[in-house]
Amino acid sequence: MNGVISWITASEHWTGEDGVPNRLLEHLQYSFTAVVIAALIGIPLGLYIGHTGRGRFVVVNLVGAIRAIPSLGLLFVSVLLLGPRLDGDAAFLVPSEIVLVVLAVPPILAGAYAGVEEVDPAARDAAKGMGMRGTEVLTKVELPCALPLIFSGLRSGTLQVVATATIAATAGMGGLGRFLIDGLAVRDYTQMAAGAVLVAALALIVDLVFALVQRYVVSPGLTGRVGRASRPRNRRAGAAAAALQPAP
Amino acid sequence: MTWFLDHYSDVLSLAGKHILLAGLPLVLGLVIAIPLGWLAKRYRFLHAPLIMGTGLLYTIPSLALFILMPLVIGTRILDPLNVIVAMTIYTVALLVRTVADGLSAVPDSVNQAATAMGFKRVRRLFMVELPLATPVIAAGLRVAAVSNVSIVSVAAIIGVPQLGSLFTEGFRLNYTDPIVVGIIACVLLALLFDLAIIGATRLITPWQRVRRA
Repeated sequence: MNGVISWITASEHWTGEDGVPNRLLEHLQYSFTAVVIAALIGIPLGLYIGHTGRGRFVVVNLVGAIRAIPSLGLLFVSVLLLGPRLDGDAAFLVPSEIVLVVLAVPPILAGAYAGVEEVDPAARDAAKGMGMRGTEVLTKVELPCALPLIFSGLRSGTLQVVATATIAATAGMGGLGRFLIDGLAVRDYTQMAAGAVLVAALALIVDLVFALVQRYVVSPGLTGRVGRASRPRNRRAGAAAAALQPAP
Repeated sequence: MTWFLDHYSDVLSLAGKHILLAGLPLVLGLVIAIPLGWLAKRYRFLHAPLIMGTGLLYTIPSLALFILMPLVIGTRILDPLNVIVAMTIYTVALLVRTVADGLSAVPDSVNQAATAMGFKRVRRLFMVELPLATPVIAAGLRVAAVSNVSIVSVAAIIGVPQLGSLFTEGFRLNYTDPIVVGIIACVLLALLFDLAIIGATRLITPWQRVRRA
């Protein structure tokens, strides 16, 4: 453990391409890109499915099915099949990013869907009774009410991406995973463990940031912070929400 | 396909190891999660720390947790025990919340009736509360089973043999056949675990079938 601490605090590990700041930045870039693309696909689709009720069956099964597919295998197949068609760094980057997006879409989609599905029917009826049209109901009532679950979906998707981006170092990507994989290659356990500590810390910080952002963005009326009885949950949407846990 | 026919005995032996590495933590995790879930349900002040603490463990990426295990339990890096303990941690992390939710969903009237019939706390837990919470716990166990099968394959990176070894081997040889066989085998194994849990749940909750019929 002392070796790990001195590895992390050693100044030579904090400069250059192979330094902690650069690897962290790479890791954040890969993850951010994948989550943004996945959110652009998953959130509108989830809102649409939740609002119209069409394709509900697809969401519930898609989330379960993707969970069963091992990310390492998917990553390698993607790099082996797409890599030869691309040049330079893109040969590793593009296939890995595609896998990161593929893994992040289902939890984000399920979060958005479950969020809308779980909106209190009374609130929806009241909105309609007040004369709101379909899109108004969606943007003014369903979306704000769905925010907590949209955030859980985004959080799950992001943690999944951060974890898989670590593994992607085996397929030639940069990021904090490099310390784990390069350490393994030269049997330097200290470096591997130091990398693992950094990866774990990154995941915990990301989780914390999501919790904080959620606190400020979600209406206090929904989080129970203004003190109100919890409402009964829609059972089917509850099941979809339970499936939101990321695979580490 | 021909690759699989030439190597099916290797694949089967890897699948056997995979079943052990993913299945044993499922059993251990359930055994640990039941008392923890009960504590979280029984004592309000323990609820938040238990649920949040185990939730935080679940956010640690698998490769990092596998590599950190030797520091925590003093094993060697290649020891399969690292994978078993890490997977048990993930299983507990998922199940504590499920067990607490399942136990909380048992109607108060049932608990009061059991107490009135002379059931003491422990006997009531095992004879009344846990059986009634079984469908909820089983749903959580299914999620844990499917993700365990998928996560275990990551351990191939640190050299612990199981179906994931087909991925690293295929990637090293620049050959997709073993990888595709490995993915299919993992998905089938996840399905097998899922069906086994569904079957076991049906067996131990016969009243559910009666209610449905």
